[in-house]
Amino acid sequence: MDSNTIIIGLAGVLVAAAPLLFAVIGETISERAGVTNLSMNGTILLSAMGGFAVAVSTDSILLGFLTGAGIGAAVALIVAVSSITLKQSQVAVGFVLALVTRDLSYFLGNPFMGLEGPRLPAWNIPLLADIPVLGPLLFQHDLMTYLSYLLVFLAWLWVFRTRPGLMLQGIGERPAAAFVRGANVNLLRYAYTVLGGALVGLAGPLYSLSVKAGWKGTISGLDGIGWIALSITIFGGWNPARAAFGAYLFALLQWLGLVLQPSMPGVPSQVLQVAPFPLMILTLLLVNIGDAEWVERTLAAMPEGTRRFFTKLLRAMRASPPAALGVPFESD
Amino acid sequence: MKVELHSIHKYFGKVHANDNITLDIPAGTIQGILGENGAGKSTLMKVLSGFIQADSGEILLDGKPVIIHSPADAIKQGVGMLHQDPLDFPPMRIIDNFILGAPGGLFPNRAAITRDFKALAQEYDFSIDPESYVDALTVGERQQLEILRLLWLGARVLILDEPTTGISASQKQKLFATLRKLAEQGKTMIFVSHKLEDVEALCHQAVVLRQGKLIGEMKKPFDPKKLVGMMFDKEVSLGARQSAKPGEVLLSMQHVSLEDVRLKLKDLSLDVHAGEVIGLSGMEGSGQGPFLRACAGLTRPVAGHVKLKGHDMTGKSYHAYKHQGVEFLPAARLEEGLVPGLSLTEHFILAEEPKGVFIDREYGGKLAAERIQSFNIKGTPLSTVESLSGGNQQRALLSLLNDPLSLVLIEHPTRGLDIESVIYIWSKLKERCKQGAAIIFISSDLEEILQYSDRVLVFFSGKVSEPLDAAQTTVEQLGQLIGGKGWPEKKAA
Ligand SMILES: Nc1ncnc2c1ncn2[C@@H]1O[C@H](COP(=O)(O)OP(=O)(O)OP(=O)(O)O)[C@@H](O)[C@H]1O
Ligand SMILES: [Mg+2]
Repeated sequence: MDSNTIIIGLAGVLVAAAPLLFAVIGETISERAGVTNLSMNGTILLSAMGGFAVAVSTDSILLGFLTGAGIGAAVALIVAVSSITLKQSQVAVGFVLALVTRDLSYFLGNPFMGLEGPRLPAWNIPLLADIPVLGPLLFQHDLMTYLSYLLVFLAWLWVFRTRPGLMLQGIGERPAAAFVRGANVNLLRYAYTVLGGALVGLAGPLYSLSVKAGWKGTISGLDGIGWIALSITIFGGWNPARAAFGAYLFALLQWLGLVLQPSMPGVPSQVLQVAPFPLMILTLLLVNIGDAEWVERTLAAMPEGTRRFFTKLLRAMRASPPAALGVPFESD
Repeated sequence: MKVELHSIHKYFGKVHANDNITLDIPAGTIQGILGENGAGKSTLMKVLSGFIQADSGEILLDGKPVIIHSPADAIKQGVGMLHQDPLDFPPMRIIDNFILGAPGGLFPNRAAITRDFKALAQEYDFSIDPESYVDALTVGERQQLEILRLLWLGARVLILDEPTTGISASQKQKLFATLRKLAEQGKTMIFVSHKLEDVEALCHQAVVLRQGKLIGEMKKPFDPKKLVGMMFDKEVSLGARQSAKPGEVLLSMQHVSLEDVRLKLKDLSLDVHAGEVIGLSGMEGSGQGPFLRACAGLTRPVAGHVKLKGHDMTGKSYHAYKHQGVEFLPAARLEEGLVPGLSLTEHFILAEEPKGVFIDREYGGKLAAERIQSFNIKGTPLSTVESLSGGNQQRALLSLLNDPLSLVLIEHPTRGLDIESVIYIWSKLKERCKQGAAIIFISSDLEEILQYSDRVLVFFSGKVSEPLDAAQTTVEQLGQLIGGKGWPEKKAA
């Protein structure tokens, strides 16, 4: 493999990861607010189909993406109403929605099967695209890929560095305390769930109008992506930057599976296809290793300064779900 | 700011928690609120702080009628409240917890706020790294963090619902000095407490609530006998110290060393005998917490041995300890000890040894009714634990103890309890001792330590004293040791 192939391959990884990023960041925001939107798998399918259908019919890429976002927001709104207002189980509602939206996408998508549709055009960023190595790697893609980089940064900045973002953490962690500090907990939960849903909804058209262009019904190859995104959200410890790392890692491992297969004829192709999953689990374990007792003991034996450093590092790496995830809030 | 409450009524279902309460507090006053557990003190404070709405009645601030819609609205109008269980965010950094909810632009200026925080923390002698996490703090430190935050937000009326229960004597003196200073600046302090001596030392005037009604008020100088009379409608006295006749060795700690993120305890040896009560004293976070948890197998020592009735228990789990009759009652009642959302009956069922897969509700209900009566809990078998007043939650926790027990480990057994309940709870605990159990408890109340323990261990930043004979120790001596004075130069403990 020469360096050019590697650059093109890695560039492909960034593009392939873009829709995952939208979905994972959307879900992260929603769960940070305390609402699990389990419908993600079906939502991505339905918005991929819907976005494609609208883009084909109107010949407008923009309308296609807006449709996707709208579908995602609408499904999230159903989750929000039933869990926040009606106080139903988020898991049950989300799971049913995941199934319904998937079947709906296959059923409603029939007339659009195999049609030739518009594709999101590539757009090189002037100047930046000409930088050697970095240019082709990062800046010779399409607008949505660029937006995906930006989204990760903005989401991270929002959650950890802004006042509203701290409040977002607060409503997912301890809504009663957030309420005392001025949050309209349920309104904010609605807002973040719907916003998160809209982001998840953008992943659909990003597949059907770019990454896996077209609509081929059950063989579109999109079924299951939502579940992966859901696990990456957990893997990412509800932190946008870590979630993005997870999404890229996953896309990278998948690509490696493809390119390494010819050079490892002895290994069944299924192994390389499945490998990303156990590898993700292993990483997850490493990240949470600070909880293990032998680690604590090892730490205790270290000199004071080193011990403090590692304790802090492990504490910063540790991720626990928002304490009030899935718990409805009543103000008294 | 001047605070007036007019004819406040509040019902919870059939419970008339506040019954026609009228109260005037001039600006610059420290107002004490006294009353037995469940008298309605917290309810009244929640009404004033916007946490709940009164069913009828009026609130005036500086003479103007106001409607306080929410706690956030209250703080905007200058009314800040410290809740009995601090309402903060345990997994977050202290500084983020501090910033959360404070008004300002999109991007808080962390550097400036950290400086503010450090200045305030220094003023109130609160040494803590703003970048560490809230869940590493003790309950007392979390309370203190909340006080700092409210002051920083510019509260002009500060409501403190039992603030002294979780802090050390020296921290309490600092807090009182601050409250006095704030009162001199014209701020109004409302101080809810069970400790008469605190009210005497601090407050300008005090009222007593009983069963939701305001039944009396008094200005400085106070007549404590009369106040107690108003609180309980009868005389209450502590009674004489009872000393135990210690039996065989129950728990034996041999050269135990403990470590956590914040401190190390080295080479500790102690034998605890049946029938004995051991008090652990010291400032919050001086090591008594990890020590108590090590006695329950919740923290594993890094060196040394723990023996229970002769069995080596080193490294065994809490369940193994429990099997040997060890019971641990934590300070954070609603977080570690009780399950919010479950009723008293359900708690009793959970605490019983399981006799089968299915729940015997009838039996549970009977048990609950029995224990509610014998522990004098104000509630019904169907009350959820979070609807109980703080003091009644503590009674519920103690009533969950099963028979037979050999070792009871308690953090702050009477935190938040009124005097009558304190006496009552200790009479129940001493009964256990007579049956041959030993008790080890942590308390920040020096009088409680000396009144009820046989031997006392003092903790000071990871050092542990030789066991002191409680009968031979005075509050002053104990206070000195806690503050780090009068320790021998080199200590083998
Ligand atoms: N949310 C609630 N739902 C039902 N009953 C409640 C609720 N909050 C308080 N009560 C009841 O109202 C009464 C007064 O409770 P409150 O908490 O004001 O007492 P308190 O004086 O603060 O007692 P303590 O000293 O134990 O804290 C109690 O009988 C309590 O059980
Ligand atoms: Mg109370």
